[in-house]
Amino acid sequence: MPRKRKYDREHIAELAEKTLKELKAPDDVVLVSLHLKKYFPLRRTLTEILTGRRRIVKAVDDVTFYVREGEIFCVAGESGCGKTTLGRTLIGLLDITAGYVLYKPRKEIADALMELGFEPVYKNFFLMNEVYENKKGFKLMRKEMQIIFQDPYGSLDPRHTIQSILAEPLVVHNIGTPEERLERVKRALEDVKLIPPEDFINRYPHQLSGGQRQRIVVARALMLNPRFVVADEPVSMLDVSIRAEILNLMLELKKKYGLTYLFITHDLALARLICDRIAIMYLGRIVELGPTDEIIENPQHPYTKALRAAILEPEPQNRFKFREVPIKGEVPSAVYIPPGCRFHPRCLSVMKICTTEQPTMVEVSPGHYVECWLFRKQS
Amino acid sequence: MSSPLLKIENLRVYYYSLRGIVKAVDNVSLEVNRGEVLGLAGESGCGKSTLGYSLLRLVPPPGRIIGGRILFDGNNILEWPEEKIRREYRWKKVSMIFQGAMNVLNPVKTVGDQIAEIFLVHLPDKFTKKEALEKAKELLEMVGIDPRRVKNYPHEFSGGMKQRVVIAMALALNPDLVIADEPTTALDVVVQAQIINLLKKLKKERNMSIILISHDLSLIAEMSDKVAIMYAGKIVEYGISDYVYNNPLHPYTQGLIRSIPRLKGPKELVWIPGQPPDLRTPPAGCRFHPRCSHATDLCRKEEPPMIEVEPNHSVACWLYAKK
Repeated sequence: MPRKRKYDREHIAELAEKTLKELKAPDDVVLVSLHLKKYFPLRRTLTEILTGRRRIVKAVDDVTFYVREGEIFCVAGESGCGKTTLGRTLIGLLDITAGYVLYKPRKEIADALMELGFEPVYKNFFLMNEVYENKKGFKLMRKEMQIIFQDPYGSLDPRHTIQSILAEPLVVHNIGTPEERLERVKRALEDVKLIPPEDFINRYPHQLSGGQRQRIVVARALMLNPRFVVADEPVSMLDVSIRAEILNLMLELKKKYGLTYLFITHDLALARLICDRIAIMYLGRIVELGPTDEIIENPQHPYTKALRAAILEPEPQNRFKFREVPIKGEVPSAVYIPPGCRFHPRCLSVMKICTTEQPTMVEVSPGHYVECWLFRKQS
Repeated sequence: MSSPLLKIENLRVYYYSLRGIVKAVDNVSLEVNRGEVLGLAGESGCGKSTLGYSLLRLVPPPGRIIGGRILFDGNNILEWPEEKIRREYRWKKVSMIFQGAMNVLNPVKTVGDQIAEIFLVHLPDKFTKKEALEKAKELLEMVGIDPRRVKNYPHEFSGGMKQRVVIAMALALNPDLVIADEPTTALDVVVQAQIINLLKKLKKERNMSIILISHDLSLIAEMSDKVAIMYAGKIVEYGISDYVYNNPLHPYTQGLIRSIPRLKGPKELVWIPGQPPDLRTPPAGCRFHPRCSHATDLCRKEEPPMIEVEPNHSVACWLYAKK
């Protein structure tokens, strides 16, 4: 089996074991991110070529966490925090710069992976780094991992009918005859409540409303029967009054097909409604992680607190006061990440150590982690 | 209080497109007093942006204002010649913060030049180039940007700062009324809070009136004294903010408010089934009836009038008509 890179499998297995133990991970973990990094080098200016320096966007900068089977795991943060890059890197749409992604596929996919020559690296987790690097491996994983994009207007090819758009994944993977594919397309449309399906198969995206288009995006993601779905801001471009309908649909489909979601959003109030755990990202790192209610009701990291304070609510009395958001300045560029704790220039509780040392994750209550010098590990 | 600063009476703005007439604003009546913020809430395609443009007579063709009056300080500006609108009204009395505003800054001109341009174009005899640039610096400071940045180009600013520049430009000639069309869309929640604080501060300092147009009812609540809920080209509910939010009358308003995710309380997913109608062929009778769980035959046949249910709170819904 030709491999582009050699991986130190023992080291990875040890790292996985150690990390999952530290995080007190349960037995139903399906995905593990181990010190994951995704960097984008920028095009060099002349000065940079001459001096040999290079600007790098550190979009994901050492991220470690696990996702349980059947969970809705939220990655929340503002634009530029790296959440979209994280989602795409985890499922192989972007190359991994450093770190590891471990995934436990369902049996038929695991068998298919082994037929391709891959072996689990730790328990029944496969090392996605090497699988994604392999063309056949990557294609195989599309049957296990999929993505729902944010933009119902941009992510559907305007020159294809709905039938063509939905059948495409089946065509690419050589699944079924044209008649069988049509049947699957119709069932998919029924799944996302676009009924009767006959009304939709020959239409073009522009003939549908935003909400209907997003249902097509969801249907398309499910055509190959995946188990792990990254939902990248799936409702933020829809009117508020129909967002919940799409989310409800996603929940029903999760139940029906046993899905696990990685739910990316900037809207914490929305995350609260459907997510089990929330990870708050800032400039490429997870700064806080915990059960949803804990994060919402008892945020610990100064950034999470600021985010929460900034969330608007439909309370007309608010017009009589200024909104106090405990934060300074603006998000810096991910090219020039501040030293020490990357949040320190904006933090109202900044201390000297924050400007020089990167804080480490501390568990402040069961399952609730914060990366902040205000909290020190009990040694 | 004296007469309102702005009175919109039975306004109709239709788009005459090749595929039919889009009745974007269909018999809308509203009022804004001095120093007051009117929130115009509605979802995509309800006509709220078109309403905003019509107040500046900037409705793009094939749109046309075909009926009603817009009274600014008692004068029907729809009767004014274009020259007068340009010389006396637009930007001086009423200005606008456009949707997606940060993308309308000219990328090849400095921010200072773009702000200065306002003075040079609208008040050509009163300002030299140097003086206009000085005003630009003052305006930047007013919106919380270092005045030395007049010589920076738009791409050197973050999204939030570009929005501040656009706000500065809207306020340059000290208008009585500013129309803010989705002023914080595409801005992060923290930046949004900062921009809102800025608008609140400026409103207070200048006793400005604002028409805040948004689909975000939480944003509307954050700033508005009065709220008008728009659906399919019509105003369905209108009143003092507290009344509308605490006692929403129209089923659409009720649905909208209930579908906002909250940080406290039950975790329920609430939505309004269906979608807004095509404004070329809106439903007969009440335009909301296909999505309304209370719809009756009357709703399907006849359009409900605006009914005052309590002082300063009106609703266009047959549920509230006296028997």
